[in-house]
Amino acid sequence: MNDGLSAIEKTVLTDYKYGFVTDIEADEAPKGLNEDTIRFISAKKKEPQWLLDWRLKSYRHWLKMEEPAWANIKYPPIDFQDIIFYSAPKQKINPNSLDEIDPELKRTFEKLGISLEEQKRLTGVAVDAVIDSVSIGTTFKEQLGELGIIFCSMSEAVQEHPELIKKYLGSVVPPTDNHFAALNSAVFSDGSFCYIPKGVRCPMELSTYFRINAENTGQFERTLIVAEEGSYVSYLEGCTAPMRDENQLHAAVVELIALDNAEIKYSTVQNWYPGDKQGKGGIYNFVTKRGICMGDHSKISWTQVETGSAITWKYPSVILKGDHSVGEFYSVAVTNNHQQADTGTKMMHIGKNTKSRIVSKGISAGVSNNSYRGLVQVNRKADNARNFSQCDSLLLGDKCGAHTFPYIEVKNKTAVVEHEATTSKIGEDQIFYCNQRGIDTETAVALIVNGFAREVMNQLPMEFAVEAQKLLAISLEGSVG
Amino acid sequence: MLRIQNLHAGIEEREILKGINLTINAGEVHAIMGPNGSGKSTLASVLAGREAYEVSQGSVDFLGKDLLELAPEERAGEGLFLAFQYPVEIPGLSTTNFIKTALNEVRKYRGEEPMDSLAFLKMMKEKMAMMEIDQSLLSRPLNEGFSGGEKKRNEIFQMAMLQPKLAILDETDSGLDIDAIRIVANGVNKLKSKDNAVLVVTHYQRLLDYIVPDFVHVLYNGRIVKSGGKELALELEEKGYDFIKNEIRAAEEVNQ
Repeated sequence: MNDGLSAIEKTVLTDYKYGFVTDIEADEAPKGLNEDTIRFISAKKKEPQWLLDWRLKSYRHWLKMEEPAWANIKYPPIDFQDIIFYSAPKQKINPNSLDEIDPELKRTFEKLGISLEEQKRLTGVAVDAVIDSVSIGTTFKEQLGELGIIFCSMSEAVQEHPELIKKYLGSVVPPTDNHFAALNSAVFSDGSFCYIPKGVRCPMELSTYFRINAENTGQFERTLIVAEEGSYVSYLEGCTAPMRDENQLHAAVVELIALDNAEIKYSTVQNWYPGDKQGKGGIYNFVTKRGICMGDHSKISWTQVETGSAITWKYPSVILKGDHSVGEFYSVAVTNNHQQADTGTKMMHIGKNTKSRIVSKGISAGVSNNSYRGLVQVNRKADNARNFSQCDSLLLGDKCGAHTFPYIEVKNKTAVVEHEATTSKIGEDQIFYCNQRGIDTETAVALIVNGFAREVMNQLPMEFAVEAQKLLAISLEGSVG
Repeated sequence: MLRIQNLHAGIEEREILKGINLTINAGEVHAIMGPNGSGKSTLASVLAGREAYEVSQGSVDFLGKDLLELAPEERAGEGLFLAFQYPVEIPGLSTTNFIKTALNEVRKYRGEEPMDSLAFLKMMKEKMAMMEIDQSLLSRPLNEGFSGGEKKRNEIFQMAMLQPKLAILDETDSGLDIDAIRIVANGVNKLKSKDNAVLVVTHYQRLLDYIVPDFVHVLYNGRIVKSGGKELALELEEKGYDFIKNEIRAAEEVNQ
């Protein structure tokens, strides 16, 4: 079977469709990181003193921390003094209406398939558009506002809803959590803030589109979602970046809080520039995402389709604190060429009768490396905790790697924890079978991969499922010959 | 329709087919029989274009085109269909989705518009009734967890949907009980017309009770050593393949 596969291995350059650059004047912080950089960012955003203090405290803590080295990824040391930590297009920040947004920026998002003209937008999806360090506009704000839903950029939330930010910022991912979370806490710029009041079912998908544009810049966004008692929200984020030879850093923090009977569904379609065929360039994606099921019968569900980035390091997790709370993690991670992904989840069972479900599908092609790393933790008092984990890997060719690192820590005898794992290869036989039915090899691989990932793709909101399927196929374009 | 001349082919330097000559016209049913290892499945694979097989000599003309020059998916586009001896499983991919993709890829190859979902469903309903196949089977992932009989019926169902010019059935009867053979054979018979042709590759005569061939060819050691009408299949069944082997041995001794 091995020599047969060699025929499936010939690779041609993958076409990254979002690699263009928008030529726009930017307002940037000087390169490098010190306390002045942080003061600069905070001043730009006209932040209150407490937030500046919070940033500085995070920064001082970060200085004492080491970069984590346990992940199954390799990269040269990051020179934090060679990065621009704040870059904003020179336009009117916080425009009063979407009409005031620079047309060049509007066009950028239109090219990415995100129209900020609300009337043209899919009804049912509200968008916050973030470029480099700032949000340039949020749609459907008024309509959502009528229901008491707050959906705005983080900078705006700091100004308009300081009490909520003060209460929840860093409450799930404290600045001391890890190296990249501390860095983010010191220098974070825009991301989205969503607040769903008690008993409200958010009538549309909320989404944020992240775009890195400026050179030598890192993106450090921060997203916070709070779902009050009995509320529901489905949120989706998408991301792209230009093709550049240098690596760019993206270190985000996402915090979710679900109170009694609330449900948060968080979906990610991550398509940062993955670097070229030789492994040059691409985004370093170091992200901390965590949700807390604070209330009883609450539910948090993470779904991610990870196709981009040179390096992906992220473990969207759920703290199951409320009794009867539920945590879910559905993931498809694709690595091609020289991409490296070390991704998975943590499910921390604290409350009684808590349940978690993990479905991870890793797809590796080229000379890439794809690792699942997951922790299922059942605390002493978490009676009747249940977990089911399924980790499947699919290999295209025989030069790529798939790894599974499941960690299970159970301190309560009533827990039931199940783990299943499989590794398979796309077989020459499967390809030939498709070919014989008139389907070319590229389409055949797309069919096989989408079949493999179906359980996760089914979790995506309808509006994005088709897009994500296409993206899977595109990411693997050229991985077979 | 199909004209094979002096075809030599093998795998990893080992020659398996040693000069096959065979002509099939539209409207005909041909059967290739032979003992294990005679090259039956190799012939089916070479015609369908399986990459592992190397053709060293000879030519194959299919509807005026050089078949050996075409990629497997192009051969399918031209109207060649292989019902696999061992249909493969593709987890998570619904059988319906697979067939729809195949049908539209073939249409694209022929410069036709893709079939819309409504027309596709209508066609599927028709063929399902014809092939006595259940909707529930088609909603399941392709061949995953199918019984042997279900897999083979699914092959013939795909044949009904794709409407090939030439269908090659590779040991379609293997592993099937007599009821399943009857259902599969009935399906094939319903699809027969004066415009298409069928090549049945089989070890046993029993399938030919249901799919009655116009011509029977005996493949032995990479060559067609005997051709005849449907009665040849019965003779083989009665006397076993040893009689062919003995005939050949005798002929070789005479030559020496």
